Amino acid sequence: MRALTWQGKTDVRVETVPDPGIVNPRDAIVRITSTAICGSDLHLYDHMIPGMKSGDILGHEFMGEVVEVGSGNQKLKVGDRVVVPFVIACGQCFFCRKQQFAACDNSNPADKSDPSEMAYGYSMAAAFGYSHLTGGYSGGQAEYARVPYSDVGPIVVPDNGIDDDEVLFLSDILPTGWMAADNCDIEQGDVVAVWGCGPVGLFAIQSAFVMGAHRVIAIDHHPRRLQLAQNLGAEVIDFEQVQVREALYELTGGIGPDACIDAVGMESHGMSPDNILDHVKVKTFMATDRVHALRQVIMATRKGGRVSIPGVYGGIADKFPIGALMEKGLTIKSGQTHVQKYTKQLLDLILEGKLDTTFLISHRLDLEDAAEGYRNFKEKQNEYTKVVLKPGLKAPTRH
Amino acid sequence: MDRKDQDWGDAPASTHKDKSAQAAGLPAAEDGDVLVARSVTINRSRHELYDFWRDFRNLPLFMENIESVALIDADRSHWRVKGPADSTLEWDSMLTEDIPGEVLAWTSVQGADVPNTGRIEFRDSSNGRGTIVTATIAYEPPASKLGELIAKLFGREPKIQARRDLRRFKQLMETGEIPTSAPPEAAPRSE
Repeated sequence: MRALTWQGKTDVRVETVPDPGIVNPRDAIVRITSTAICGSDLHLYDHMIPGMKSGDILGHEFMGEVVEVGSGNQKLKVGDRVVVPFVIACGQCFFCRKQQFAACDNSNPADKSDPSEMAYGYSMAAAFGYSHLTGGYSGGQAEYARVPYSDVGPIVVPDNGIDDDEVLFLSDILPTGWMAADNCDIEQGDVVAVWGCGPVGLFAIQSAFVMGAHRVIAIDHHPRRLQLAQNLGAEVIDFEQVQVREALYELTGGIGPDACIDAVGMESHGMSPDNILDHVKVKTFMATDRVHALRQVIMATRKGGRVSIPGVYGGIADKFPIGALMEKGLTIKSGQTHVQKYTKQLLDLILEGKLDTTFLISHRLDLEDAAEGYRNFKEKQNEYTKVVLKPGLKAPTRH
Repeated sequence: MDRKDQDWGDAPASTHKDKSAQAAGLPAAEDGDVLVARSVTINRSRHELYDFWRDFRNLPLFMENIESVALIDADRSHWRVKGPADSTLEWDSMLTEDIPGEVLAWTSVQGADVPNTGRIEFRDSSNGRGTIVTATIAYEPPASKLGELIAKLFGREPKIQARRDLRRFKQLMETGEIPTSAPPEAAPRSE
């Protein structure tokens, strides 16, 4: 089959690789019809995440048709149309039973669990196409993918009347934006500020409004992304034009936002002294994560407020404002998304017409053009808000 | 050992910073032995887990280095284990303690390539999270050229090996299969 493979820093290529096959009884094989490039794929593209091997197949936002099921799978059948959560979860461990699917104790193979146990104290759950720290499973930017524990994760979607583009983001970014807002414990009258108007930030804005936020203030510097945030009803701040903290102070009458969401993560942009220092330290391996956005989030949140971190961090940060966190009595919630906990309710909201995620898609490309998609998604963030790859889009002509 | 003898609180002996205090946690261990102790909570009953382990022929399903275990009689079994440089290490093992649903302990008999003892305890988790399985393994690499290789191979990462094996045991018992991201032709056996 054809698949997008990681070869090294900023080097990804579509190559012919062996087809996947059933390995374990609960596996399924999915023929992929749509698969997206995620902002967090850019962390892999830029080699900010360790544990990558040349030839790894990327991609963790995908959907398609079940073409084969293992002998122990009682739930899926051949022909089912499914969206696959990026988190692989067994459904039976302590964590899965608490619906903390992204903390699944079993999905990460034993021979892959040591590094994350050493780095974080406990080994992490597995994910598709996201380095050997999280299992080394082949991802979904391919024609086919093997889905382990496929009787737990994949959600079956109706065959008719609904396009791939309407449900694809159930795999990651929609539940991630939703959980980001959910983690804010939004109360009536709340003002929520969202750093980063990429896909997760935009869905967090949308979700915050659905959950009853009174106002949402969005922070970014790409005009098109700020426009999309405005279209969703957010007030917007361009951090290249204004002082973000002063602006938030004034916009909230000196109280500050009740809840703040860091939808930026470890590769935050912006040229302020602390960010330049982070940049130097990352380059010299004195620290691994650039946390400019998170610092600003913690400084800006009102006293007694809530901080939600869906943005991806992997390592250790320097100059973390622990004093502001403690003295203001902030609550922080974070984590990889417990996708399986949210897919059903979010599919229902989509089918009822209460959530539309298609506005985000700026480009639809053939899988063969995935490398170009990566390059542009990284370098032209203003126009490339979301790239969806469709295997066979240009069919029947194939390279 | 009785808790009142401990002067470091409630933590198990295996977590002590001092090696000799660690050894006190396993009666059969002697100076120079390599010790490993590790606990894991498995969301299954004590008896289910004990029964699976009690049939030692199941061990190769989740223990990476064990090639096979053959039963000799009710209390004795013959173990074949992957050694360094494509060698195979062998020994007979004898049950020394067997309390259904609670404890299994064994020791290698005279003449083993790698003298070893093991003890597995199964306890109900007090907060309803299943069974806490604690494995304590001690072994003594032989004083030969091969022994040095063995010490290097096993001695360097015995804790890693033990935690991977226990993790696979948990995966198999909780989910019915052992997850792997290896391609089909290279994937380990779990069916």
